[in-house]
Amino acid sequence: MSRARVPLTLGVLAGAGLLLFLLPLLGLVVRAPWGQLGAALVAPATSTALTLSLVCSLLATAASLVMGIPLALVLSRTTGVTRRLLRALTTLPMVLPPVVGGVALLLAFGRRGLVGEALNQAFGLQIPFTTAAAVMAETFVAMPFLVITVEGGLRSLDPRFEEAARALGGTSWMVFLRVTVPLLRPAIFSGAVLCWARALGEFGATIAFAGNFPGRTQTVPLAVYLALETSGPEGAIVLSLILLVVSVAILVGLRDRWLGTP
Amino acid sequence: MSLESDVRVRRGGFELTAQLSVAGGETVAVLGPNGAGKTTLLRALAGLVPVEGRVMLDGEVLDDSASHKHVPTERRRVGLVFQDHVLFPHMTVLENVAFGLRAQRIHDPRTAARSWLESAGLGEKASAMPRELSGGQAQRVALLRTLATEPRLLLLDEPLSALDVSVRAEVRRDLAKQLAGFAGVRVLVTHDPVEAMALADRLVVIEAGKVVQTGRPADVTARPRSRFVADLAGVNLLRGQAHGDHIRLAGGTEIAAAEAGQGDVFAVIHPRAVALYLSKPAGTPRNVWQGNADGVDVQGDRVRVRVSGSVPIVAEVTPSAVRELGLEAGAQVWVSVKATEVSVYPA
Repeated sequence: MSRARVPLTLGVLAGAGLLLFLLPLLGLVVRAPWGQLGAALVAPATSTALTLSLVCSLLATAASLVMGIPLALVLSRTTGVTRRLLRALTTLPMVLPPVVGGVALLLAFGRRGLVGEALNQAFGLQIPFTTAAAVMAETFVAMPFLVITVEGGLRSLDPRFEEAARALGGTSWMVFLRVTVPLLRPAIFSGAVLCWARALGEFGATIAFAGNFPGRTQTVPLAVYLALETSGPEGAIVLSLILLVVSVAILVGLRDRWLGTP
Repeated sequence: MSLESDVRVRRGGFELTAQLSVAGGETVAVLGPNGAGKTTLLRALAGLVPVEGRVMLDGEVLDDSASHKHVPTERRRVGLVFQDHVLFPHMTVLENVAFGLRAQRIHDPRTAARSWLESAGLGEKASAMPRELSGGQAQRVALLRTLATEPRLLLLDEPLSALDVSVRAEVRRDLAKQLAGFAGVRVLVTHDPVEAMALADRLVVIEAGKVVQTGRPADVTARPRSRFVADLAGVNLLRGQAHGDHIRLAGGTEIAAAEAGQGDVFAVIHPRAVALYLSKPAGTPRNVWQGNADGVDVQGDRVRVRVSGSVPIVAEVTPSAVRELGLEAGAQVWVSVKATEVSVYPA
């Protein structure tokens, strides 16, 4: 098949875009103190931040799956004003600066917050500046990516599969679990990956709502920022590289398990 | 077991009104051109679209807009077979058949599904995925998946039209056999007259959202009441006002017909009864007019010639006649139809 040629100007612009992605990556790799990498990886501070990052981002992804898939289902079944309203609400965290999101979370769940005060009085529960807060902040920022992707998958799903399942007597639960979810697997997977990547890189909402406490809320992005501020770029580079390698490795590993060979 | 329905469905600018009664063990074919509302009617009976009116199956109310009653699809025990099988792509053939049995909480659905497959000669396909099946096999599995749930009402939406012509006859035979062993109510939607004639006891013709004709296949094709049915039956259909021995058509042209009666009538002229001549024929035929041969269409050993003129008509002649007349598109011909060959019935 012969396709139309890309005009030269567009090719140049595309190249500029690629350079913008490539050069920082190159900078990271070139300037990395490769000799110290092994030592840095096992250094307690690094591994603590890394473990916390993985735990929090995976918990946030799990929470997003549990709430996000049903939300996508509801979103895809509504029409008109309700749908526009729900959609706007769901996508809000995508356009909101994460720091603002973190402040908003604080106003809702903080000690004097909308819900936080009641929670504190009733159960003695304090969310802000805990690991739970870090997970919540990441979920807040990352879940929309999952919802939007899964909703797209639902909209492009042939409705007759669900109709056939219903005609065969399938209850709504049975149709959801045995037909809808399996057919949505590719959308759920890519949504979960986007969501997880976003959660792993989360900074603004986390630092505002959960603070920067090593071992409790200090995830790798927070540690990178702190290292850059206090000990110069070297520490930041090591942590950044680790984050990069870990995310690529998990991505590749998961893809084969989830999607299998087509 | 019987189906009684009188429904109205509105979707956008389209409106379907249909009254349909089907007895148990009877196969009714809903026939009509594309966009007539056939599939909408089926979806209404399945409970997949909101309806005004009533649907009753075996004395049980499935839909009644007056009392706001609506039984959801999954509790209707209706079987729905789609044009292109719609087997679940992520399940094996066995799991597909077991799905409905599982939904009915049957003990050991997989064993039951396997025996259904074996009874239809599809046992060896049990562990295949739907994408590994041929079109004909997939449609047979889809039918089996539905029959395994023992529905009270079987709704078939153009079950053969997505298949290759080469396997269609085979699947049609299989379908006829399966239908014969099924005691419930059967409604088949199709736009294929062969499918309708082969499988149905009764035809319901729908056009533009309305039932235009219903009856036994032979009766419907003998007395078409619409252009669609006339085309199916391959006959010429005219409509006009009868005045004893002639009919005045809408354009003002008069056609002589034996015993035409009075009032608004349909007239059918079989293409074989239409004779073509190069010059004006003399003698007995009382209907003679001039026209242009618009199209010449060879069908086996017969040739259909479309003639335009004051009364557009199709004539069926032999290939040798075409050669003798030197017929080609655009040629001027004389058309002749005997008055006794015009069959007339009230509109």
